[in-house]
Amino acid sequence: MSTALQFAGVSRHYGAVKALDQVDLEVKEGEFFAMLGPSGSGKTTCLRLVAGFEQPTAGHIEIFGETAEGVPPFRRNVNTVFQDYALFPHLNVLDNVAYGLMIRGVEKSERYRSAEQALELVALSGLGKRRAGELSGGQRQRVALARALVNKPRVLLLDEPLGALDLKLREQMQEELKNLHRQLGITFIFVTHDQNEALSMADRVALFKDGRVVQVGTPQEIYRQPNSRFVADFVGSSNVLPPDFVAAVGGASRWASLRPESIYLTREGGHAASVVAASFLGGSTRLAVDVSGLRINLMLPSAAEIPAVGESVRIDWKPADMHLMESGA
Amino acid sequence: MHSDQRAPIALKIAAGAGLLFLHLPILLIFVYAFTTEERSYQWPPPGLTTKWLAVTWNRPDIWEALALSVKVASISTLIALLLGTLCAAAVSRSKFFGREAISLMVILPIALPGIVTGIALRSAFNLADIPFSTWTIILGHATFCVVVVYNNAVARFRRSSASLIEASMDLGADGFQTLRYVVLPNIATALLAGGMLAFALSFDEVIVTTFTAGQQQTLPIWMLEELVRPRQRPVTNVVAMVVVLVTFLPILGAFYLTRDGDQIAGSGK
Amino acid sequence: MNGSDAAILPGRPGLLRRLADTLWRHPHLLLLLMLAPPVLWLGVIYLGSLFALLVQSFFSIDEFSGLINYEFTLKTYRELLIPANLDIIVRTVSMAAAVTLAAVVVAFPIAFYAARYARGKWKAAFYLGIMLPLWSSYLVKIYAWKLVLAREGILNWLFAKLHLTWLLEAYLSLPLIGGNSLSVSYTGTFLVFLYVWLPFMILPLQAALERVPGNLLEASADLGGSPRQTFRHVILPLALPGIIAGSIFTFSLTLGDYIIPQIIGSSRLFIGQAVYSHQGTAGNIPLAAAFAVVPIVIMGCYLWLAKRAGAFDAL
Repeated sequence: MSTALQFAGVSRHYGAVKALDQVDLEVKEGEFFAMLGPSGSGKTTCLRLVAGFEQPTAGHIEIFGETAEGVPPFRRNVNTVFQDYALFPHLNVLDNVAYGLMIRGVEKSERYRSAEQALELVALSGLGKRRAGELSGGQRQRVALARALVNKPRVLLLDEPLGALDLKLREQMQEELKNLHRQLGITFIFVTHDQNEALSMADRVALFKDGRVVQVGTPQEIYRQPNSRFVADFVGSSNVLPPDFVAAVGGASRWASLRPESIYLTREGGHAASVVAASFLGGSTRLAVDVSGLRINLMLPSAAEIPAVGESVRIDWKPADMHLMESGA
Repeated sequence: MHSDQRAPIALKIAAGAGLLFLHLPILLIFVYAFTTEERSYQWPPPGLTTKWLAVTWNRPDIWEALALSVKVASISTLIALLLGTLCAAAVSRSKFFGREAISLMVILPIALPGIVTGIALRSAFNLADIPFSTWTIILGHATFCVVVVYNNAVARFRRSSASLIEASMDLGADGFQTLRYVVLPNIATALLAGGMLAFALSFDEVIVTTFTAGQQQTLPIWMLEELVRPRQRPVTNVVAMVVVLVTFLPILGAFYLTRDGDQIAGSGK
Repeated sequence: MNGSDAAILPGRPGLLRRLADTLWRHPHLLLLLMLAPPVLWLGVIYLGSLFALLVQSFFSIDEFSGLINYEFTLKTYRELLIPANLDIIVRTVSMAAAVTLAAVVVAFPIAFYAARYARGKWKAAFYLGIMLPLWSSYLVKIYAWKLVLAREGILNWLFAKLHLTWLLEAYLSLPLIGGNSLSVSYTGTFLVFLYVWLPFMILPLQAALERVPGNLLEASADLGGSPRQTFRHVILPLALPGIIAGSIFTFSLTLGDYIIPQIIGSSRLFIGQAVYSHQGTAGNIPLAAAFAVVPIVIMGCYLWLAKRAGAFDAL
C-alpha cells in the first residue's frame, strides 16, 4: 500500500501559540484514519493543512508523494466535509453537489447525472431541487458528503462531521460512513473529539495533545496499550496505576494502565479491596473499589453477583493485562 | 421585549399621534399637487385640477434637473457599491491593524454635519483648482453614499458562514471563480438594497450639493430655489409629489430585499 | 470518471489563473488591493479635505484687500468669539438641545409601542411607518411644513375653524418663541427640525427598548413597583443608550443645518447659515472654516461622552 499522506516535522505556529508542533504522521492509501483529541489539541489545524486552508510554518507535507506546501486548496485533489457543512445557501441541493464539477468545466447534463448518482449514494435521491435551508441536519450532512465525493477525491477530509447530530442519527451515520469507505476505497481522514467514534470507525487513530501527536495505532493498540496516562485517561476510563503500586503488585516501578473489564472478583489470592460504589449500567455493572488507598474501577457482567457497598472483596487480573506505560504524563 | 398585555390607551394615543405627525404633512403634498390656486398656499384648496401635471411634464428645465440628478445618483451609487463592498469585504474578512479606524472613516461623512463635508470639499476643490462640474457633485455624493452600501454588505458578510469561501476553494474554485459563483450571489440582495438606498440618498441630497455644484442644477437644487424664492408654486407642488413617489419605491424595495435578516441600514442617512 | 488520479492538480494556464494563485499565496496583497480604493478615496479625498478645512481656520483674512493671509494665526478664532458670533453658537446649541429633548418625548411612545406591543404585520407597518418619512425627501418635508405653517395654510385655518385664533395670536405675541407668524418664528423652525429629525430618534430608541426583556417589567411589577416606578427605575435606564444614540443624530443634524432656518424662521442666523454666508458672499473662508470647526468640536465631545455611556451598541 502506498502512502497517501506524509507529515515530516510539521509545525503551525500563530505567533507564540503552537497550534501544531513538530508532527510526524503517515496515512496509508485507502485507510480510515481518525485524528482524535480534545479541542485545541491541533487535530483540526492538521486537517486544514491537508486541505490547504493553512500553510505550515515549518516541516514538509506530501500528498501521494507530491509536495503540498504552497499548493492552494483549489489545486489539491482533496475534498472536505465541513463541520457546519458550508452548503451554499443560494444554490439548490443538486447545484451544490454539482459545484465542483461545474468549476472543472464538466458539461451540464454530465455533471447533473454524476450529482444525481452521488445523491443516490448518500440516499438522498429526489431532493435535488430543495434549498439547503429546507433540509434537516442529517440531510445537510449527506449533501455535504455527496458534494465532496462527487469529485472523486484522493483523500476525503471530515471535520467533526457528526458533531451536530443527535445520538441515534450519529450512530446511523457512523455505519454509513464505514460502508461508504469500504465501497469507494478512498482514503478518509476523520477529525473527532469523541473517542468512541474514533475507536469504532477508524483503521488507525492518532491521538493529539497540545499540538503534538502522542500516540498512533490501531484502536486495539490505543485502547489496550496506551503509552501515557493522557491516552489511558482520554480513551475510555482506564485505571491508571502509580509506579509504587505497580512495583508492589509485582511489576517494574513504572506507570501502568489497567482496563476495568480486565479485572475480576476472586475468592482467594489477588488483592484485598472494599467496595466504594456500584452502578448498574444495563449490560454490565461498574464497581468502584478501594485497594490500599487507590481507587480502582472494574466492570462486572450483569449476571455476576454484585457485592454491596462497604463489603470486603478480593480482586485480581492477569499480569499481561496490566500495561506498563512510557510516561506518567 | 414582548408582552401579552394590551397597551395602555394613553400609550396608544401618543404613539398614533406621533405617527400621524410624521405622515400628515407628506400627505398634504398630494392634495396641493392638484390645487387650482396659483399664488398662495391657500387651504382648503379652492378647487382641484390635473392641469399642473401636464404643465410640469412640458417643462424642459425640470427634465434637465431630473436627468442630472439621475445621472449623479447612478454614478455615485456605482462608485459607492464598489468602494463600500471592497471595504466591507476587507473589514469582515480579516482582522488587521487600523480596522476600527477604517470603519470610523466610512461613517464619518454621514456622522459629521453635511455642511462640514460640503465646505471641506468646496475649499479643497478651490485649493486644488478643480473647476466645479457634474464630477465634483458625484465626488461628494459618492463619499457619503459609501456608508450605506458598507453597512448593508457588512451585515450580510457577518451573517454568511466564513467556511463558504473555503468550501468553494476546496471544491476547486480559485479566488475569481469563488467571487463569481459564491461571494457575489450571496451578497447580491444586500448590494441591491444598499445600492437602492445610496441612490435615494444621492437623489435627495442638497446640502453637500450646494457646495460642490457650479452652475448645474440637480432636482433638489431646483426645489431649494423654489423654496427660497417661490415663483411657480403649482409646478413645485407637482414636483414635490413626484419626488415623494419616486423615493418611496427604492425604500420599499430595499425593505423587502433585506427583511428576513439584517435590517435596512436606516441610521445611515 | 470525472476525477483525476493526480493528488495535486497542475496550475491551470491563463493570466487570470496565475493571478488567482498569486493572490492566494499573498493574502496581504489581496487585503491591500481591497482596501486601497476605499482608503484612498475616503482617506485622501475626504479626510484630506477636512484637514485642509481645519488648516484654513488658522489663516486670516486681510481686512483691506479681502485676500486670505496664509500665515498661522489665532486671529480668526478670536473673531469667532465676538459677541455676535457667540450669539449664533448659543442660539444653535440651544435649538439643538430643545429639538433633542422634544424628539425624546415624542419618539418614546412610538418606539415603546413598536418594541413592546406591535407584532407581525403591525411590526412591519410600524417599521415602514418610521422608515418612509425618514427616507422621503428632505426638501419635500420642509416644503410640506411651509404649506402647513403658511399664513393662509392649514394650521391657521384649523385654529380659525375652532375659534382659537386668539390663542395662536397670544402665543405669537410671546417674546423669543413668538413672531409675526409661525413660519417666521423660532417655534416654526423648532417644529420643522423636530419633524425632520424625529425618525432618527425613534429607530435607536426602539432598538434599545427591543433589548429590554419583557419579564424584567413583570418582575418589577411583581416586586410591587407601580408603573411610574417601573418606568423611572427600569425602563428609562435601559433605554438611555438608545436615547443617547438618537440624540447624536438630532443634535449633530441640527447643528449643521442651514436650509431649515433659512426657509422657516426668523432672520437671525444659525451656525450653518453663518458658514454658508461667510464662505459664499463674504468670501471669508477662514472664518467659515472656524465656524465649521464648532460643530465638529461639539460633536467630538458629545461622541466621547456617549461612548463612555455605552451608547454605540444601540446604533
